[in-house]
Amino acid sequence: MSAANTVNPPVVFTQDELGWVAWIDPLPEAELTERHFAGLVDRARAKSEYFRLLVRDPEVLEARTKTDKDIFYNVADGLPRAERELAAAATSRYNGCIYCAAVHARFASTYSKRRDDVQRLLDEGIKADLGERWNAVVKTSVALATTPIAFGKDNIEELRSAGLDDAEIVDVINGASFFNWANRLMLSLGEPTK
Amino acid sequence: MSTTDIIDTLAGIEPGSSLDAIRARRAQARENAQKSYLALFKPIDASDFSIAERAAVALFVIGLHGEPNVTAFYRAKLAATDGAGLVEAIEAEVAHGKTSGPYGAFPAGPLSIENKAGLIYRVSADRKPVLGARLAAALEHAHLLVFRPRDAASADMKALLGAGWSNTGIVTLSQLVAFLSFQVRVVSGLRTLAAASA
Repeated sequence: MSAANTVNPPVVFTQDELGWVAWIDPLPEAELTERHFAGLVDRARAKSEYFRLLVRDPEVLEARTKTDKDIFYNVADGLPRAERELAAAATSRYNGCIYCAAVHARFASTYSKRRDDVQRLLDEGIKADLGERWNAVVKTSVALATTPIAFGKDNIEELRSAGLDDAEIVDVINGASFFNWANRLMLSLGEPTK
Repeated sequence: MSTTDIIDTLAGIEPGSSLDAIRARRAQARENAQKSYLALFKPIDASDFSIAERAAVALFVIGLHGEPNVTAFYRAKLAATDGAGLVEAIEAEVAHGKTSGPYGAFPAGPLSIENKAGLIYRVSADRKPVLGARLAAALEHAHLLVFRPRDAASADMKALLGAGWSNTGIVTLSQLVAFLSFQVRVVSGLRTLAAASA
């Protein structure tokens, strides 16, 4: 097991930089092969305990990383990056992933320049009033994160009346859905540290 | 692409439709969501987590989400994969584990007022012999991840290791449950959008 005894867990949602420690053994850097490096996609990720744990299944990690990059970074059209990050942060806030929420709240702040609004999402939770467009994105993310899934026609109507077209709605669906993947890995394989 | 795109199929995205065109603009995401599915269900190495176990966990996870067409897809997969006739047992466990989430506890502190209690699922005692210790532990872990991921703790890793799961098997199990949580939402979201755009 990793050095999980030194953990100093954050107890509130924050935009601060957090660490993360694994509860089961990541692969040692020295044991990584070319198959593993392909799974990591970016070689620099060999320095991360999280990615050296996930790379135990390199094919799944590689496909997941590439899905993630396209959903969030391919901004040639569709939803602005800030609102994709907002969907990720709202999903993480609702599911309770303090680590993911911190990372994606920071990105949402950087790209939107609305740090105080993002902080209100973290402090007040998913009911915080962030204006019509952001409220619709947060509400959609929450409906999608609920099990059984509570997303319906009303969410689409709300997104449309807030000005989103279908391509942008697909980006909200993808961004929010993806964080139901990410949250469940970060929350269950280890824990954040301050 | 050599294999039918599962998300398109389950969401009812027709070739040439406006949603097909929108998805084509995220070609890498579409292709790699499919590759994730294939890496999980047609892995190059299933020694830490068998194909039948993967199909059983998948039917359980998707059954808990209550999306009928996705459930039918994974039921057929389990029926085709598993020699032990587990479909009935898994469906009984879905009925036994159904609830709504997310719920669970935050780390002790200011967020504790948001703690929400709910079902702590355990496999029924009479189905444990049918499922075996490994699969029973996997279902209990899957239920934790589906409904109350914020309750996950290092002790849950010890429970899986104790039931015979390897570190690598635990990573793939986690990816399977987490990936399905993504896939079923994209399918549900796109299906709803397709219906609203028709």
